[in-house]
Amino acid sequence: MKLYCLSGHPTLPCNVLRFKSTTIMLDCGLDITASLYFLPLPLVHSPRLSKLPGWVSKDGAVNLEKELKECSGRVFVDSQPEFCLPERELLDLSTIDVILISNYHCMMALPYITEHTGFTGTVYATEPTLQIGRLLMEELVAFMERVPKAHTATCWKNKDIQRLLPAPLKDAVDVCSWRRCYSMQEVNSALSKVQLVGYSQKVELFGAVQVSPLSSGYSLGSSNWIIQSHYEKVSYVSGSSLLTTHPQPMDQSSLKNSDVLILTGLTQIPTANPDGMLGEFCSNLSMTIRAGGNVLVPCYSSGVIYDLLECLYQFMDSANLGNTPFYFISPVANSSLEFSQIFAEWLCQNKQSKVYLPEPPFPHAELIQTNKLKHYPSIHGDFSSEFRQPCVVFTGHPSLRFGDVVHFMELWGKSSLNTIIFTEPDFSYLEALAPYQPLAMKCVYCPIDTRLNFHQVSKLLKEIQPLHVVCPEPYTQPPPAQPHRTDLMLELQHPPMAYRRCSVLGLPFRRRYERIHLLPELAKSLVLSEMKTGVSVATVSAVLHSKDNKHVLQVREFQNKPRPHASCHGTA
Amino acid sequence: MPEIKVTPLGAGQDVGRSCILVSIGGKNIMLDCGMHMGYNDDRRFPDFSYITQNGRLTEFLDCVIISHFHLDHCGALPYMSEMVGYDGPIYMTHPTKAICPILLEDFRKITVDKKGETNFFTAQMIKDCMKKVVPLNLHQTVQVDEELEIKAYYAGHVLGAAMVQIKVGLESVVYTGDYNMTPDRHLGAAWIDKCRPDILISESTYATTIRDSKRCRERDFLKKVHETVERGGKVLIPVFALGRAQELCILLETFWERMNLKAPIYFSTGLTEKANHYYKLFITWTNQKIRKTFVQRNMFEFKHIKAFDRAYADNPGPMVVFATPGMLHAGQSLHIFKKWAGNEKNMVIMPGYCVQGTVGHKILNGQKKLEMEGRSTLDVKLQVEYMSFSAHADAKGIMQLIRMAEPRNMLLVHGEAKKMEFLKDKIEQEFDISCFMPANGETTTVVTNPNVPVDISLNLLKREMALGGPLPDSKRPRTMHGTLIMKDNSLRLVSPEQALKELGLSEHQLRFTCRVQLHDSHSDSDTLGRIYTYLKSALKNYGVQHLPDSTVIVESIVIKVTSSPEEPNLKVILLSWSYQDEELGSFLSTLLKKGLPS
Repeated sequence: MKLYCLSGHPTLPCNVLRFKSTTIMLDCGLDITASLYFLPLPLVHSPRLSKLPGWVSKDGAVNLEKELKECSGRVFVDSQPEFCLPERELLDLSTIDVILISNYHCMMALPYITEHTGFTGTVYATEPTLQIGRLLMEELVAFMERVPKAHTATCWKNKDIQRLLPAPLKDAVDVCSWRRCYSMQEVNSALSKVQLVGYSQKVELFGAVQVSPLSSGYSLGSSNWIIQSHYEKVSYVSGSSLLTTHPQPMDQSSLKNSDVLILTGLTQIPTANPDGMLGEFCSNLSMTIRAGGNVLVPCYSSGVIYDLLECLYQFMDSANLGNTPFYFISPVANSSLEFSQIFAEWLCQNKQSKVYLPEPPFPHAELIQTNKLKHYPSIHGDFSSEFRQPCVVFTGHPSLRFGDVVHFMELWGKSSLNTIIFTEPDFSYLEALAPYQPLAMKCVYCPIDTRLNFHQVSKLLKEIQPLHVVCPEPYTQPPPAQPHRTDLMLELQHPPMAYRRCSVLGLPFRRRYERIHLLPELAKSLVLSEMKTGVSVATVSAVLHSKDNKHVLQVREFQNKPRPHASCHGTA
Repeated sequence: MPEIKVTPLGAGQDVGRSCILVSIGGKNIMLDCGMHMGYNDDRRFPDFSYITQNGRLTEFLDCVIISHFHLDHCGALPYMSEMVGYDGPIYMTHPTKAICPILLEDFRKITVDKKGETNFFTAQMIKDCMKKVVPLNLHQTVQVDEELEIKAYYAGHVLGAAMVQIKVGLESVVYTGDYNMTPDRHLGAAWIDKCRPDILISESTYATTIRDSKRCRERDFLKKVHETVERGGKVLIPVFALGRAQELCILLETFWERMNLKAPIYFSTGLTEKANHYYKLFITWTNQKIRKTFVQRNMFEFKHIKAFDRAYADNPGPMVVFATPGMLHAGQSLHIFKKWAGNEKNMVIMPGYCVQGTVGHKILNGQKKLEMEGRSTLDVKLQVEYMSFSAHADAKGIMQLIRMAEPRNMLLVHGEAKKMEFLKDKIEQEFDISCFMPANGETTTVVTNPNVPVDISLNLLKREMALGGPLPDSKRPRTMHGTLIMKDNSLRLVSPEQALKELGLSEHQLRFTCRVQLHDSHSDSDTLGRIYTYLKSALKNYGVQHLPDSTVIVESIVIKVTSSPEEPNLKVILLSWSYQDEELGSFLSTLLKKGLPS
């Protein structure tokens, strides 16, 4: 059994497991941090961004003024933002039989894997994962296609040129494998390969392996996966949470007795407590509003935003925010809000019981009904005429490189009355802000990452006791910036097997048995004799039939002698 | 011999109070727990004394599963759990769990508050009963205990309706509840995988009907409603608040919109809005078209359909009213019916099945005078139309489901005996499987013959598969020799060598030898050479070897040729084989007895 690691990113994993003649891809996360090297895509013509000076090396030998622009004291690529894909050379992607998706954030690279690679397999995901994943992909495509770029920068990627560039561009890795965003057509084609599964559903793969998703508690429909045969069990843990937010709680007990546990998707901000961050978010928000400023919340269109809205719903009246308009701007804002209300089966008990009344599970329905929360597909159209200040705007993309958020950065960045509150943990906020410096706007960093922290995960592992743990390398050492924090790493009795991008791990498995069925007639014909107390033995001579990886033994039929070739010669 | 027992306590050769007991692999499961609309006495509930005469329900039953929210499938649940007494788990899907208590409360109100019955379950009992419910998701495998697992499949019939698979070890039963094999305006079609259950328990409401196309039925329905409204008549459509009501609402709503009609459409009882709200929140259980477009336009927000008020029944002019309940046996629909029955301009359309004893059943059978409570009679002058809109599978649909699931046995419930008989014959002919149709209280026993699962050592399996060539060739079955070791309840099949080693035994070889006499005028070595050539061509798939020590070997069989100096032409062929190769050995001896080809 082997594990091919196509991504080194701990929270955006992409691993391939070869197990009993099946090839199973576990997630295909897309690393969007590569887009931070690019200039923001403004929705409305921005005089500042359009007049940036091009970059020429000091000695004038390298002239890339068309491709690279100097902005806020740094050099950015002036092209459509690109993403870092999972490794595509380590193994032949057309040999992948199935892809198991654990949550909607971990499927964003799907079109790159399933399209134009010869992939003919099936993708398994839960219904909320598919529907919300589709929305996030649609949004990404819309953000890119709304602002088409005339040319694509490629020269700077040349190895000989790249090493002459200023930091951080010269240190960017694997730039040649970076790709532009996919098209809607590719998204549709990729998602047409998805087959829906429910929690604890047992899916047979070629009769050899059984896979089953378990609730992971992180987001709507998020799952961990069990991959097992009759004798071996691999657990794949990705993006799990023990906090009580909106999703169904994590199923921990089903992870017990694993031979191997692949552990990914722990919290990216182990030092921040999500509850504390939520409090800080609310207090900063109300402070800014009271002072007459606007609040900008760059966020994904699904996930934590539901919790933020719920928190504000409870908090706004006591904080006198009842008249402040909340805007949610995204091409998929409406769909996201609507979809969140129809997945009762996937929600925590508390929200489920609301549906029985029948009431919508999330209070944002009421916010919309009372006009406190308004949603718009973009800043163009109705929004521009209805927009009142001071207000709170939720919009994407959290990288600040594309989407409607770019416009608000340009609009509000110059006033110290306004505040930007970062809640998504995927991007370094200083990096995200780099092309907008100098900023007068206040910046608050309240990352809310509900995924397991090291303390929770070590407790979990003690309870479920897997024989072996496999994890990304960063989990086996303290964070580089805090080398003394040995509590911020995995400490296990048996050290985990660490992987990085392009690792191929041989998993420690010795398969010794396989399941076989004796047909009832054969079972009846066997004569058991007791050799010692408690040990009986019978000799079995039977016919083996193997089909679709299922093995059956049946009685030999003596009247039909299996000698087909004997009669071909005349006898003397 | 392992066996599965099925005993209907209700719905055996009957429609109403569905309740079926299944005993499988030592587990007892109750499928549905419904009431009978046709009775007002004890017969309205299943006869639980069948179980309780031997002890409490909780001790006997491992779980109760409810297929959908119709009262003939869940109406006896609070009675069973709170009054007879059952504390184990009750499984149902989320929509059923949401809607079932509302219908139960409605039923209770009509029975207790209107009819004044006592000794009936209370509102609190409904609540306590619902606390015992564990929600089921589609396709989720729920482990009731270590051995018993259940899995729900989409059944179509009404929002949240499910078919369930019950599995213990290798034995399984599928119960369909009520289902529909054709998608309609708001629900999808039932679906199940090829799970090959030992018994498929299917409803058979429309066992003998093959319904005409749905479109014709819809057109017919709309035409009749339209004509009546045009001539100023009133149309009463008795429905159950949830289910067909939404289907017909969608149908009328689109028709009114298209034809620009003005006559009012009403929907009775306070349930309307609430009911539609459930449909909005459980939109994932509706059909694909509605699911796809729900963000843009929610099909359950009706423009033309308004809430009904009691006083409207006396309003002049045309109107269409949906009123509950669907079989005209009580409540608002019966109330309106009484008011409108005397006018031949009016019409009542019965869109679903009516059980015996209900007013609905009587007027459908053409009864023109009805005896009402208090000895009064009611003349039925209005037009009575029946239009099958209930979402049950028809004969074609039932056959289709059998083809999907490939059961080993079939068992029919929820239908009339005569119609079942007909379908039973058809099923037995077409699929060559046994079909049962037990009456209430009658037990059907099916003997199952499950395989015995064994752990085979991978070495042995791989060796055997390798011998059969790179791919296991099913056309040429191979005999495999192994040793089965039974120890601590585990069964392991290992190679004889491994078994000997493990058990510390020494090997004894048993060989057969045999002499075949043959006339051949060649030297001994030439004869052996000819035997070699002959066997090589005769046994193409075996390794035949000619060894330098004047022997030919086929697998474990050793062949030598000798002759005496006196009679050099009379060859004695010596064959020897091990016990394991007895088959091949005796075959070769027979073959050689026939002589060598010249």
